Parts: sequence; C-alpha cells; structure tokens
Amino acid sequence: MPTIWLVALLLALAAAGFYWGRARALRTAGGDAKDLHSLPSYYGYHVALTSFVPAIAVLAIWLLAQPLFIENRVSGMIPAAAVPENSTLGLVMSDVRRVAEGLDLAVEQGLLTRAEARDLSSGSQDVRALLGEVGVALGNDVRPEVLTAAQAFRNLSNTGKTAMSVVVALLAFGGFAWAYSKTHKDFRARNVVERGVLALLILAASLAILTTVGIVLSMLFETKNFFGLHSWTDFFFGSTWAPNFRGDSELSILPLLWGTLYISFIALLVAVPVGLFAAIYLSEYASNAVRSFAKPLLEILAGIPTIVYGLFALLTVGPALAGLFAKGGLLGVEWMAGATSVLTAGLVMGIMLIPFVSSLSDDIINAVPQAMRDGSLGLGATKSETVRQVVMPAALPGIVGAVLLAASRAIGETMIVVMGAGAIAKFSGNPLESMTTITTRIVSQLTGDTDFASPETLVAFALGLTLFVLTLGLNVLALYIVRKYREQYE
Amino acid sequence: MNDMTLMEKTVDTQKIKIAAKDVNVYYGDSHAIKDVNVEIEDKTVTAFIGPSGCGKSTFLRCLNRMNDTIDICKVKGDILLDGEDIYDKRVDPVQLRAKVGMVFQKPNPFPKSIYDNVAYGPRIHGLAKNKAELDEIVEKSLRRGAIWDEVKDRLDAPGTGLSGGQQQRLCIARAVATEPEVLLMDEPCSALDPIATAQVEELIDELRSRYSVVIVTHSMQQAARVSQKTAFFHLGNLVEFGLTGQIFTNPEDPRTESYITGRIG
Repeated sequence: MPTIWLVALLLALAAAGFYWGRARALRTAGGDAKDLHSLPSYYGYHVALTSFVPAIAVLAIWLLAQPLFIENRVSGMIPAAAVPENSTLGLVMSDVRRVAEGLDLAVEQGLLTRAEARDLSSGSQDVRALLGEVGVALGNDVRPEVLTAAQAFRNLSNTGKTAMSVVVALLAFGGFAWAYSKTHKDFRARNVVERGVLALLILAASLAILTTVGIVLSMLFETKNFFGLHSWTDFFFGSTWAPNFRGDSELSILPLLWGTLYISFIALLVAVPVGLFAAIYLSEYASNAVRSFAKPLLEILAGIPTIVYGLFALLTVGPALAGLFAKGGLLGVEWMAGATSVLTAGLVMGIMLIPFVSSLSDDIINAVPQAMRDGSLGLGATKSETVRQVVMPAALPGIVGAVLLAASRAIGETMIVVMGAGAIAKFSGNPLESMTTITTRIVSQLTGDTDFASPETLVAFALGLTLFVLTLGLNVLALYIVRKYREQYE
Repeated sequence: MNDMTLMEKTVDTQKIKIAAKDVNVYYGDSHAIKDVNVEIEDKTVTAFIGPSGCGKSTFLRCLNRMNDTIDICKVKGDILLDGEDIYDKRVDPVQLRAKVGMVFQKPNPFPKSIYDNVAYGPRIHGLAKNKAELDEIVEKSLRRGAIWDEVKDRLDAPGTGLSGGQQQRLCIARAVATEPEVLLMDEPCSALDPIATAQVEELIDELRSRYSVVIVTHSMQQAARVSQKTAFFHLGNLVEFGLTGQIFTNPEDPRTESYITGRIG
C-alpha cells in the first residue's frame, strides 16, 4: 500500500473519530451538552488526536529510519572482494540502489513478474539491457553480487513497507478504540486536548531549535574535515585568497572578511542616517495622512527581493558611478576600472537596509512615552530639541539594537554583492575597487564541478561557520543591549 | 481644614495675569470648551475643578498652547497674557511655554541625571553664561521645588530613580528653573500617595509668593486647601468662578452645589 493511502486512512479515521467521539459523549450525557465535563467537540478532538497523532509519528519515524536500516544490512552483504579497484563501497551501493529501482520499474511496467524479478540471475538474462528498456541506464554490466544485493534490497524494503502499514494501522485503530472507550460524560477531554495542544506547540518550538543545532553541527563537521586538510593558521592569519583546483591553494579568510566589513560599513553609512531620519520624520513630524501613506511605501522597499537590488546595482548604480569616476567619466579621473566596486554594492545594500532601520527605529521611537515629549515641549523646547535631547537618548538603546541587526543582515547579504562588488579578493582601502565577500565566495566554492572532499570546496563550510558566529554574536549583542535598557521608562 | 478658616483666607486682589475672553475649543467635531471667560490673577493659586471630561485640562493646556501639538484641536477666542494675545501670529509658542511652565499629571522626569533634568530648560533657553551660573540655577530651583536637601548629594543619579513624590517635585523644580511667570499644574498629585501629596501642596502654597499658579484637580479638598480662587467647569462651560471660600461654602449655581456635595460627578 503506498504511503499516501496510509495517510489518507489515518485522516479518514481521525475525521470519523471526531464525529463518533462527539456523538458518544453526547449520548452518555443523554443528549444534554450541559452535563458534559467539556464541550462536545473536545471529546471529538480527543478521539481524533489519539488515533491520528501516535500513528503519524510512528509513520514519520519509520520512513526516516527504514532506508538507513536497509542500507546498513545490504552493505554488510557485499563482500570486500566485490568492490573493484579504485572504487568504494559507497559507489557499489549506489549501483545496488539503481538496480533495485530498475527492477521496481520493470515490475511496474509489466516487463517482469514479481517472481521473475525475485529470481532473476545475471547469467540467464541481460539485466543491463532489460533495465535500459525501463529507462535506468547503467554504466557497466550488472555483476552477480550487485544483483543479489539489489534483490535483497527490494525484499527488505517490501517487508519493511508491509510491516510499517500493519503497525501504523494497528496503532491508529488501537488509539481510536482506546479513546472511544474512554469517552464518557465525566471524562476530562478538555484537559487532555489542552495538553495535546501544548505538546504540539512545544514540538514546533523544538523543531526550530533543533534545526538550528543541526545546521551548526553539519557545518561544524565539514569545517573539521577542512581543517584536517588545510592549515588553520593559513585560514585565519594568511593574507591571500587564491583557490586553485589543482591543489596547493591559499585560502585565507582575511581578505574576504575585509571586503565583507568594508561593504557592510558603507551600507550602514547609508542606511543608518537615512533610515533614522526617516523614522524621526514619520513618528514625530508627519501628519497622520502622510504617515499612513509614506510608511507602507517605505516598507515596500523591504519586500523587494535582493536579486532585484542586485540588478539595480549592476545596471544603474554601477554604470552611474563608472560614469563619474572611470576613464572618460564626468570627473575626468580614472579611479574606477569597471562598474563593480565596493561603493556600488555598499550603496545599494544601504538602500535595501533603509526600511529595516527605519521601521525598527520607528517602533522604538513610538514606544517613548508621550509624557516625555510633553515635559520637554512644556519647558519651551522646540520639536527638534525635544527629539535630540529627550526622545533620542530615551530611544538610543533600541536604535543601537536596530543598527546591529541591520549590520548582521548586511554581513550575510549575498546577491547584491555578487552582482555589484565583483569577485576579486584583496585588501584595499579604495572604495571604487572591486572586492568580494565571504558569502559570495561560499557560493562560488560550492557551485561548480569539483571534488567535494577537497579543501577548496570544504573551505565554504569554514567560511559559513565563521559568518554564522559573526552574525550570531552581533544578534546576541543587539538583543542584550535592547533588553538591558528597555525598561528604563515605564 | 474647615469652612470657618476657608472664609477667613486672606485674598489680596492682585493684577490680572491671564485673561481669557470667549474661548471656544474644538476637537474635530466635538465642542470641548464653550465661551469661557476667566481672569487669573498674579501671585494667586487658582483651582479648576469639575467632573471628568468637563474640559478643565483642555482649557489649562490652552494657556500655554500645548494644544498646538494636537492636530485636530482648534482654539477660538482671545487669551491674553499681560495684555498680549498668546494666539497672535507673532507669538512664538516655544517662548510662551518658557514663560508659562507646566507640570503634568504623571511625574515625567527625563531619563537623565537629576542635575540635567533641572538644567534642561536653562540650557535650551541659554539662561546661564557658564557652569557656575548653571549650578546656581539648579540649586535655586531644587530649593524652590523643596527637594534640594533630599538630592543634593546625588545630583548625578538618574531622575527616574526617585520616588513618585520626589519625581513630581523634581518636575516642579524643572519647570521653575526657566523662570516662568505662570505655573500650570494638571492634576499634579493624582499619581502620588497622601504624604507626597501633602508635600507638593505645601510647595504649591510657597510657589504662590512668586508665581501665578493654576491647578487642575479632581480633589475638592485639595482645591479648598491650596487655592484662593476656584473655577468650576461642567460640560465645557465655566459654571462659576470666584473666591474659593465663597464657592465651597456658598455657591451661587445649583450645579456647583450639586458637584461639591457629591450629587454629580
């Protein structure tokens, strides 16, 4: 039975459980809902959840665990002698999987009967040609060990699937029967359902956290592999970024870090003043009509995909800057070689961050109590004096937090830099030169047809982990500052 | 304080500080103040009383143009400070507010040090030539706010760290520091406990020697205790205005009598 039907069965059972549980609860109360401990629908939910949740949980775990288990068993069956020279067990196993898949397809299309697929041996028939007919192309003839393993593979997975269907169905029906029998007018269904809801919420929260942990761990292991192949002193303290796919590369993070920080700095130089002044105007000066019109407009900027900003950098800002500073430009200087530069990417990234800074600052400025402004205005301060001397100091911690959050976004930004900043890793103070950042190098090291186990590829994980630590640190610092000073006025 | 002493309260007639003529205030469509005429004397405490929503705070905020900060609020009629119309185009509301100080319902010290709170006004208006002069102004204002002895050793401590009553006296000191001529107080004791209230009331009585004080209050006892003149507002109208003793013992208008005896409120 395909898994989808199993899920459909579970859903149908849950729906039936809802109505039957509800009806039974009402029956035990003689049709009067007031005699029930909980609302009738809670009894329905109780039966539905008890039949559905454990079964679907087991199904999910089974689906995850079964391939691992089978893989383990089958790879144990392949003798070491069956692995050819300059090949690995992993490659043989992928052959096994392809053959098993091909046999499945052949049975499905009627070329083989089930029994024939099970008993097929490489001597009696050209398995490679047969599988070729169903669209599974193999690189070489199927060796007998591989065919046996593939057949075992099919066997195990068929048995597993059947067992899974039985177990899941039993669990579902068992849960249904148990919950149905418990349904009675004095049964505290509401409390049970409430606990179920709580468990669901906890599950959602822990999934998010576990994913983060998983991401960090996966990067951590690959980073460890990288440092096994490449010296960490070169990575952290070297001065050159020169990946070379024939090996012997210089892979230092420092030039990339410099580019990242330089571009982010220029972006913040644009975004912080503009965003902050926009927020002050919107929250302190603008009339309601202007605010209701300008604020959503500003926030539209935040919804533009970064690749569109990248196009803007590539097609508009870059050429405009080149028109000023490059050879034959308006200023008659020759400071810029092409359209891509730190300044191009920084300016466009700054524009991207404006709504981010302004909408966060706006919330923070609005949180400053009106009594503060009244107090200042009542003393004869002008509006700008009030903003400068009372509102801003009161809002400062929050604004610092907003700026740090913007900074961590700038550091992690990729598309704008790919399209606007160029791809040359170097130390330079000239904002009109091309530079590159950590994020763009991660992309270029991982995309491409290279050996995954080489330091040139694995360096991406080390870069990613460094980036993660950097932005995590900034976010933690921002949250700390915001929290520490938030309760200053009540 | 009983009615007998109320009647004996000395009231010297002073010159008129603020005169309001036919003042009407609108919040959008609602007519908040209707044809109010009132004359507020110098060196006198004038109390505005009345039930919630009667317009007494709104009227108070007209006297230093704080209502300008509310977009939908419109003020009509004349309000004269020393004979000059404060709603005249030539009058800068910012300068007016330095002359007509305000203390608010809830103590609202800035999140700065005690010293900087008091020095805020003088700095903005450039009242001190140097640090020594500023120190002098701060000390004088804190003394007038009757809080100097409590804070003189910790002028660098944040103003928000004081108790509610201390904060309110700090706010009064802050308002006094700009050398105003009139002090407006919008229910200055409503967020304070009885002891702090007594301290602030005592302070208000002292302030009378230098300033014209206008106080909005919900407590009739407080109005009776601190004021020489009382104005009773009801539904946007100024119902009765006269000597405090007169209003509380022998009101002319039946609505005033109903209010002070607790029948309407």
